[in-house]
Amino acid sequence: MSRPLVEVRSVSHRFGAHTALAGIAMTVEAGSYTVLLGPSGSGKTTLLSILGGFLVPSEGKVFIRGEDCTALPPARRPTTTVFQDYALFPHMTVGGNVGFGMRMQGVGSAARSERARAVLGLVGLADSFDKKPHQLSGGQRQRVALARALVVEPAVLLLDEPLGALDLKLRRQMQDELKAIQRRVGTAFVHVTHDQEEAMALADHCVVMNEGRIEDEGPPERVYARPATRFSASFMGESTMLPAEVTASTDRAINVRTSLGDFSIPCDGARTSPVGLAIRPEHLCLGSGRSGLPLGRAKVQDVVFQGSFKRVLAVSRVDPDICFVARVPPGMPVASDEMVEVSCRPEDVILLER
Amino acid sequence: MRTLLRIASVSYALAIYGFIFLPVAVLVLFSLQSTAFPIPPFNGPSLRWFEAVLGDTRLTSALVNSVVVALLSSLAAVVFGFLAAWGFARFTLPGSALLRALITLPLMVSYLIIGMGLLVLFNAAGLPKSLLAAGIGHVVINMPLCFAIAYSQMGDHQINIERAARDLGAPEWKVLALITVPVMAPALFAGFFLSMTFSWDEFVIAFLLTRFETTLPVEIWNLLRSGLNPKTNAVGSLVFAISIMLVVLFEVLLFRGRRK
Repeated sequence: MSRPLVEVRSVSHRFGAHTALAGIAMTVEAGSYTVLLGPSGSGKTTLLSILGGFLVPSEGKVFIRGEDCTALPPARRPTTTVFQDYALFPHMTVGGNVGFGMRMQGVGSAARSERARAVLGLVGLADSFDKKPHQLSGGQRQRVALARALVVEPAVLLLDEPLGALDLKLRRQMQDELKAIQRRVGTAFVHVTHDQEEAMALADHCVVMNEGRIEDEGPPERVYARPATRFSASFMGESTMLPAEVTASTDRAINVRTSLGDFSIPCDGARTSPVGLAIRPEHLCLGSGRSGLPLGRAKVQDVVFQGSFKRVLAVSRVDPDICFVARVPPGMPVASDEMVEVSCRPEDVILLER
Repeated sequence: MRTLLRIASVSYALAIYGFIFLPVAVLVLFSLQSTAFPIPPFNGPSLRWFEAVLGDTRLTSALVNSVVVALLSSLAAVVFGFLAAWGFARFTLPGSALLRALITLPLMVSYLIIGMGLLVLFNAAGLPKSLLAAGIGHVVINMPLCFAIAYSQMGDHQINIERAARDLGAPEWKVLALITVPVMAPALFAGFFLSMTFSWDEFVIAFLLTRFETTLPVEIWNLLRSGLNPKTNAVGSLVFAISIMLVVLFEVLLFRGRRK
């Protein structure tokens, strides 16, 4: 029983000359919430279409519940999809929409409507059974689409940017609801998004994709705190990036040379040779008299007040190619064109392998 | 100056609508003539010529023939047109644009050419002149129209709706029967009623391809050969009224479908 629920084995896909996916390998555990995060064109939607059976990959295999589903059509695989535009059947009632999957399975009409009502209750739309989709708001249609896909009890529920068409406030609210519903039904969800906040809020397992490859994957906390690559450090939140070259390494620390000086960064165990450093904005200290890793003086370029913090952009005086992104308390006096001393704690420095 | 402009534009509008509708208005008016000739002065109104039309078995059987031919040929045109549109919209075909252009080409070709072509073809194939031959001719002229209407209404949004149905376990024929056709119903009905209108009015092909049993327009032409008669006006008024009804149905269905 140690087999994962879904296993994607070295899947590649090409559209003509364009390579959309290159050698993807990933697993989805039963009951988990997996988020595929990436910019548009990163291949995340292609991967979801392959999981759902709408595309057959050029190479590689997809196993669901241990069964080879690579070429199985959508109708015959244990997945259902929530489409970005909801794709509700406009000529059917909400109840008819939700009952459609069961109707295809040959479930009798009475059992169908009972079950449809139960699932509609789960998504908070118990009283909309007889309405038509055009009488519902965007958020309600989203829930109907979710109920329609959940009611057939799929092994995996696939969500293609499900919150993309909603406004920000509704999106955050639906996000919490999605997570709650997922916990309650226990179905594995695979959710595609380009919104990193959404990914961090929802995912148990976050897969960062770029140019058809998986850049990084793991729990969102880990991906945020210790991103493996330059891309995931910049896509999952902001960072200050420093190119670095390894000069020496021991079991406990790595010595690197950067344009801002030579540093010794603590690390656990033998790491492969990093090619760069990243520092999260909340870990940068501005102002003199701080201990830790001195990163030199910088000229403040821009200060943006964001409510609970100020976002500060500052260009290094030592190397003008380096731009610091820092997050400071809103009360801290800092203004454009000011010179500041920048530092950070060595243990907060992230070593990037790619 | 402004009033002058207003008068000019109103009279222009009157002139243009008069130009279009005056012949029909005169036709309808003199169908109510109580005397034997459809010429001024107008005496009436009287329904005697309508009674004469409905009492004339040649005319009434031609009317029934017309209705049957229009119904069946329009049904066939809608089915074939829809299936072709579905094929073009959902599958990648080699030379798709060229094939689509070829399908709609009969819209541009004169009915006379199509009728002659069919006459020669049916002669060679051994299909005698008949209502069936005329019906096939009407499918030829109306199928492109139904195709064009159905194809234009087959939006990308529907692709995902069909995908969702497939995803929920529907086999292809159920996707068509339960999703695609009902969603496209307004466009299909519009195509059907427009085809009915054209088939109902069509003369050239029906004239070339029928012999003993024939459709109403051909029968009216036969009637006209014996000279003007308020009976021809009455039957013309009937044809016109039915055409108007079909066009109104078409407009209502198509535009209600678009608004959604």
